[in-house]
Parts: sequence; C-alpha cells; structure tokens
Amino acid sequence: MNLEELKKLKEKAQRQVALREGNKKYRVVFSMGTSGIAAGARDVMTTMLDELDKRGLDNVEVAVTGEIGLVDAEPMVRVEEASGEKVTYAKVDSAAARKIVSEHLEKGKVVDGLAVGKVKEPEQK
Amino acid sequence: MIRTHVLVCTGTGCTSSGSLATRDALLAELKKHGLDHEIEVVETGCMGRCDLGPVSLVHPDGTFYKNVIAADVPKLVEEHFLKGRPYEKLLPVDPQSQHAILTQADFTFFNRQMRVVRDNCGVIDPENINEYIARDGYTALGKVLTTMKPDQVVEEIKASGLRGRGGAGFPTGRKWEIMRAAPESPKYVVCNADEGDPGAFMNRSVLEGDPHSVLEGMAIGGYAMGATRGFIYIRAEYGLAVKRLHIAIEQAYKVGLLGKNLFESGFDFDIEVRIGAGAFVCGEETALMRSVEGRRGQPQPRPPFPAQRGLWGKPTNINNVETWATIRPIILKGAKWFASIGTEKTKGTKVFCLAGKINNTGVAEMPFGTTLREMIFDVGGGIPDGKKFKAVQTGGPSGGVIPEQHLDATVEYESLQKLGSIMGSGGLVVMDEDSCMVDVARFFMEFCCDESCGKCPPCRVGTRQMLNILDRICAGRGELDDIKKLEDLAAMVKDTSLCGLGQTAPNPVLTTLRYFRDEYEAHILDRRCPARVCRELLHFEIDQALCKGCSLCARACAVQTIHKVDGQKKFRLDTTKCIRCGACFDACRFDAVKKTSPGIHDALQEEPALAAKGGAA
Repeated sequence: MNLEELKKLKEKAQRQVALREGNKKYRVVFSMGTSGIAAGARDVMTTMLDELDKRGLDNVEVAVTGEIGLVDAEPMVRVEEASGEKVTYAKVDSAAARKIVSEHLEKGKVVDGLAVGKVKEPEQK
Repeated sequence: MIRTHVLVCTGTGCTSSGSLATRDALLAELKKHGLDHEIEVVETGCMGRCDLGPVSLVHPDGTFYKNVIAADVPKLVEEHFLKGRPYEKLLPVDPQSQHAILTQADFTFFNRQMRVVRDNCGVIDPENINEYIARDGYTALGKVLTTMKPDQVVEEIKASGLRGRGGAGFPTGRKWEIMRAAPESPKYVVCNADEGDPGAFMNRSVLEGDPHSVLEGMAIGGYAMGATRGFIYIRAEYGLAVKRLHIAIEQAYKVGLLGKNLFESGFDFDIEVRIGAGAFVCGEETALMRSVEGRRGQPQPRPPFPAQRGLWGKPTNINNVETWATIRPIILKGAKWFASIGTEKTKGTKVFCLAGKINNTGVAEMPFGTTLREMIFDVGGGIPDGKKFKAVQTGGPSGGVIPEQHLDATVEYESLQKLGSIMGSGGLVVMDEDSCMVDVARFFMEFCCDESCGKCPPCRVGTRQMLNILDRICAGRGELDDIKKLEDLAAMVKDTSLCGLGQTAPNPVLTTLRYFRDEYEAHILDRRCPARVCRELLHFEIDQALCKGCSLCARACAVQTIHKVDGQKKFRLDTTKCIRCGACFDACRFDAVKKTSPGIHDALQEEPALAAKGGAA
C-alpha cells in the first residue's frame, strides 16, 4: 500500500458513503402520494436511479415526499438546487426522467417542455 | 442506484434492545416492497442514545428514529420509504416542547456535541474498512510515514496539548518524548481498553463504532516512538468490541495498512489483541502489563516507569483508547486546530457517559470547559420525573460526588480535582433527591473492596474496614466516632496504597463527607435516612384515608404482614413483622403506602424495639 493506492481506494469508497455526507448539489423529490404511485411514480423513480447510476452522478440525492396537490399532473418531480432554485416537472414518464438526468442534473439545463413551474425562494434573491 | 441509507445501530446497547431483529425485519420488509435495490441497510456503531435503542438514522433525510423494534418495521417502511413521510410514532420527542424531533440536526442531544473522536461512530460500518478509508481513514498514517520524521510527530502531539484520556491527564506528547528517548529496543505500545468504571462505556463505544481509528493512532505512535509492535488490552466482557477489533485488524493487514513496510517507508507495525478477565486493577498500567505478559494482574511499584522497564522489561508506552483515537484528527487537522478547542490547560474534546437519574442516557462528546450544568441539563436533558438534582459522581469509584452548588464548575482535570473529585475516564453518574449519599459511598467502597487485588495491606484491609463502617451506618448501627474513623482510614489508605486503585478508593467517602456530612449524621445520630433508601431505617404504614382496599399491597408482601382488620374494608400493615422491602410501596397505585424514615424520636413511640437498639448505641 502506498499513498497513491490509498487515495484511489478512498475515491472508490467515497461513493459508498457519500449519501451520509449531505451537501449535494441537487435534491430530486418524487411526489409519492396515492395519486403519484397510481400514475407510476415508482417506475419513474427506478428509471431515474438507473440513469443516475449509469452516468455516475453522485451530487444528486433522491427523496420521496407525500401528495403535492396537483393530482392530474402526476407523476411530479421537483428538482431542488442547493442555491434554492426549484423546478417542478409534471407528467414525468421514464423517457422524461432520463432526459431530466441528462439535461438538468448533468448539464444544469432546465428541460423546458416539461417544467410547470420554476420557483426561486424569496429569501434567496 | 442506492438513494437512501438506513443506519441501524448494532452497538452493545442497541443490540441488547433488539437491533439485530430490527435489521432483519428491515431487510425483509424492504425486499417485500421491492425497495432493496434503492435502499441499503447499514450496521453502525453506537450513535450515543442507548436509552432510546434500537436507534436508526435515515440518510439523506437525517431522520432519527428511536425504539425501532422489529414489530414497528412494516409500518415504518410503508410510511417513510414508500410514502415519503416520517413515521411519527418512532420520532423522539423534545422533553421541553413535547414536539416530535424531525431530524438529528434538531436534536439538542446531538447538536450540542462536538464530535472529534466519535466523528465516525454511528456513521460508518465499523466492519468495513472501506467506509473508514472513505472518511480519510489511514490518511494520517500515510502523511506521517511519508512526510514526517518521528521527532516531528512527537512535537506535533506536544504542540496539540493532548492529555491522556485514561484519567490522570498526563501530557501525551511528553510521555511519547520520554519513550522515544529510551535507549533500549524493542519497544512496545499498548492500548488500555480495560474500561472498568461502573457507568462508563465511552471506550467501548469507540472500539465498537470506529476500531480503525485506534489502530491508526497506535501505528502513528509506534512510528513516533520507535515501536513496531502494539498490544490492545481489552476485557473479555466487551465481546462485540473484541470481535470488531479482530475484524478491523484482519482487514487492515489484508489491504496492507498493518504489517510490513507500510506506505513503502520501511516501517513495520503489528497489532495483537490481548484479552483480560475484567479485573478493575488491570486498568492500572503496571498490573495491565503483567496481565498482557500472561501473569497475574498485580501492580508494581513505580519507578521504574513503563517507559524505562515495561513489557518483558522493555520500554513500553500505554495510552487509553480515546487518546489513541484522538491522534488521527490531530495529525489530519493540525496541532493548532486541536489546541484551539477546550480550555487553557486542557485541550480538545472528551467523550462522556451520561448515566443514572438523567433523561438522556448515553455517550456524548463535548469540548473541555463545558460546565457540569450544560452537560447534565442541556445535553443530558435534566432529571426525569420532575425530581431535584442532588449530586453527580465523576470519575467512577476513584472519583467523587459533586453537589448542586458546584454545577457551574467547568469539566477539566484541575477544576474537578479542586472539588475533591477527578475527571477519570469521563463517566458522569447523576443522582437525584432519592439517592442516599451514604449508600452511594457504600456502593463504591464495596466495588473497590471487591476489586482490590490484595497485594498491599492498606488497600486490602483498609477498604474492607471502611466498608464495614459504612455497612454499619447504613444499617442504623453507626457509632458516634464512625465519621472520624472513616476520615482517618481514608487518609491512611490514600497515602499508603501501592497503586491508583487504593490511592483513590476513599474519594467517594471523602467527597460525600465533605458535601453531605449532615446525611451521615442523620444516619448515625437520628437513625434516619433522609433520602429513604437505607432499608433498616425505613418505616412503612398504610394511610387509611387513601387506602381503597384493592389488596395489591397485601399480595405483594412477601411476609404476609398486611391484612384487613376484621369488619373493615381497608388494609393495615403490622410493623413488627415488616421486613421493609418496599414491595407494598411499589405496588400501591393510590399513594396510600407511606414510606418514611422517622428516625429515633418518632420511632420511640411506635417501635420500642428500634428505640432500645438506638438508645444502646
């Protein structure tokens, strides 16, 4: 074992515990109430996790929350940025989920056609 | 991809409250819902709140769950992991506001702490070296071996101001310097993991939660002092800690972080675990070394000190678990950073164990200089059931009690010594108004008397004599000059015992005499126990106005001394047969059984027998 090898081992291992460190750039929240689940939010989330894994993005945390309220727009996904910016996507299917990963989460570009609202928190202005 | 980690504490505390069943239930339930590909269950070491066990922490949400028994797991998985809302039933409740605490960050017990030594405990899986490496594990060893000379390491530790965490508080850097200068070879380093104070489990929590930090500290120390072999002396009762140490050592050898030519520097370091039988005296360094050598654990006169003649007659350095675990953060973040924490004379943080009559029982790490009040009332959450604080015992059987008027004393070696107690290994046993201080002193004296190795007479005979006197006082047979006798014996045992066990054994008696002399006097002169603890001095009766005639007391009574008087609905207690066990008092739901310690004057009227006994003394 030398320093270089330890560093490599550490980088590899860090992905394993990164979830516990916090400070992610993005937080993706799935609305997982009854209507969300009925509209297929679970599958969409599985797809997104798969895509994140494929692209090796580790600055994203994925969480679930309850009913948001806009039932006919489910499955809904909210992308929150560490800076406070929030973008909500509506009627997200598997293809859209992959696109959100490749465009928004990887390149930082909001997927225009899908977003229903873009909120900037007042205190962040 | 894994989106959530569920950390389940599998330290000794939570394991005994059923966390292994919780883990299994979680795994099964997650699988059932098809969540096992996105949610991972991780076993960790102690998170610090043993009284709430089994505890669990969900990342990245930061939700802390308490009392997660297996039966609650299906609902928990459904609520939190499927529907994404916290499961309120298992959330801890703030004792002041009565609101549920949503995240660990909002929990006073956690957010008042400063975690340096226990940084990894309850965060990583202690049985997986990769998780330790991910959190900068072995980077400090790498830095030391590739960029620093041994003398520089010693200087760094000296500059940090680190003092030994085992109790005495000797400057660690100075100790290392003496050992480094010792001309003989080979040299050995030893980790003292023979934690023996009643109510202290901070070393266990570090060994169970982050064993590699101790190994890394020892390897750094070995390099600095010129030792290539290390021993960890641990008691057999710490089964889980022993197991995790063995796993950690095996994994470290496998990846090449222990053994030959570490970091290609030419430095070799080996570590062996030595199991002790759990004798209190083996925490004393000379007795410990004899035990490591396979001989009977009895202390030796010093000098020669271990740095001159230690294990097998060779120079040896012995540090406590917590001291070794503190080396790594000092090397990584620098002596300056470490010296900026704490007080002028005592730097850094200390892991404390909160036990006894306190709301938050567990392990907490605080900077030196925190006051006892903050420790007990903020982090500890105060005294349960609205009772009044009476005293806190610091430093285990070698320490002493500190009463309420000194609650604002800061916790550091010198200030506690001034109050007649010691810092010791960091155990804090809190006592409320229901604790009898004579009984407390008797308890600790009994412990020391049992644990005395018997080598030197002052300790072997002296502690026994002191215990006899205390037994007599608690039984209501105290004599007028007993306090004087106790003080004389205490001074003799303290001054003439061979090792620390005897030298400190009188401390609980001396401090209780210093702060609670009136309780001793009440026992001796009035035959009264003010806290109503000492059984021989108690008196039970049933308040006829409150008795409902439910018969719970009569059924609980072991000597059938509670009866209904003919023609009446209520029960009466015949005091002549009463053995004062208190079973009726515990059984009554209407506060009708009265427990008093009336003392000799009242007893005169009610119980001539007791009065006669008292009068004769």
